[in-house]
Amino acid sequence: MEQLIIPAIIAITIAFFSVYGLTPFVIRALEKRNITVVDANKKEKTMVARPGGLSIIVGIESSLIILYIFFPISEILAVILTTFFAFIVGLIDDKKTMGGWFKPLALAFCAAPILLLGAYDSNLAFPLFGTVQIPLLYMALVVFMIPIMGNTINSIDVLNGVASGFITIATFALSICLFILQNYEVGIISLCLAFSSLAFYKYHKFPSKVFPGDSGAITFGAAYGGIAIIGGVEVIAAIAILPAIINSFLFLSSVKKIVEHREIKNPTSHTNDWKLQTTSENHAPITLVRLLIAKKPLSEKQIGYEIFKLALFSGILAIVTAFMMGVTI
Amino acid sequence: MSIPIFSFIFVMWVLIIIGGGLMVVFVGPLSFSGDTNLDPLINSGAKVLIAMILIFIWIIALLKIKNWIFRKITNQ
Repeated sequence: MEQLIIPAIIAITIAFFSVYGLTPFVIRALEKRNITVVDANKKEKTMVARPGGLSIIVGIESSLIILYIFFPISEILAVILTTFFAFIVGLIDDKKTMGGWFKPLALAFCAAPILLLGAYDSNLAFPLFGTVQIPLLYMALVVFMIPIMGNTINSIDVLNGVASGFITIATFALSICLFILQNYEVGIISLCLAFSSLAFYKYHKFPSKVFPGDSGAITFGAAYGGIAIIGGVEVIAAIAILPAIINSFLFLSSVKKIVEHREIKNPTSHTNDWKLQTTSENHAPITLVRLLIAKKPLSEKQIGYEIFKLALFSGILAIVTAFMMGVTI
Repeated sequence: MSIPIFSFIFVMWVLIIIGGGLMVVFVGPLSFSGDTNLDPLINSGAKVLIAMILIFIWIIALLKIKNWIFRKITNQ
């Protein structure tokens, strides 16, 4: 445990300050080249730099490479490679809008390093009841986990600061869970992701100076999924992001097919004071945001805080689950 | 505070724990080979099928709860 402290501090510091320091340069470079998009939820026409995924990937990868130099274990290498491939998939989608099936299929291939390096344990652990050995099913789970996590985080990236703030809360909760389960190495990897997203949140929070884009959001999701697999905390990781899973579930159950989010009708509209209200459009999908504003219109900032409260709640449930892992009935 | 959404998250959590319990207690130890030399691949495949059915039931339950919550919020 003691020998982990210095590498952990170095890796976490690099994760935070590389994103914190690099993002302003990325914003300026994107603005200079006119690579910006309209912030749809602002009254005045506001252009925001997008995608900011480059600073996120640099933060995550540089910190994990440092960690890998200290601890050359295949689990860290698997997360480094999976996250990088996922970033490339997101970058392609940022440059050229691909079909709804492109991302899930391409991200499924990004799970290859985890499988090829054998950086997983095919025992699936559940709270209270112990573990179940499902070698075949688990390989399928690994292949599905990266696209699901990547798209789940990407689908919640709808308002200023939500994706980065949400993944920050979820990864801090996951890190606590990993430390409770005494999985310290993976806990430090999770902290690197948490501090990278926290640094990015500084620029992504309301009012956003940069959007992560698909490259940023998918990188967050794939890194999170990879950590869940190598740490053997798949169930806990899923619990920590339940609000985002609910968002995807609501969306899929109302749209009933996999589509690119830019292809669907906006489930919200604006009031005169520029708050978000649920749309009267019948065919618009049901999403978490639409549920939150079903009762009364809320401002973009208020909705963000409501989602963070839900993330905190599910984070607490994840920590409770981690404690329950040690108990078998 | 949107209590129905917090309730939805809590119900999902409970369903995950119950579903996990069913997987560990019933599906995990299942063996279809008996005294015969059944291919382990078929044995595993049968377990996957049962797991898929459980997931299907899980999703149906969540859909019912979702519809109930959405009705509750819109009626408030």
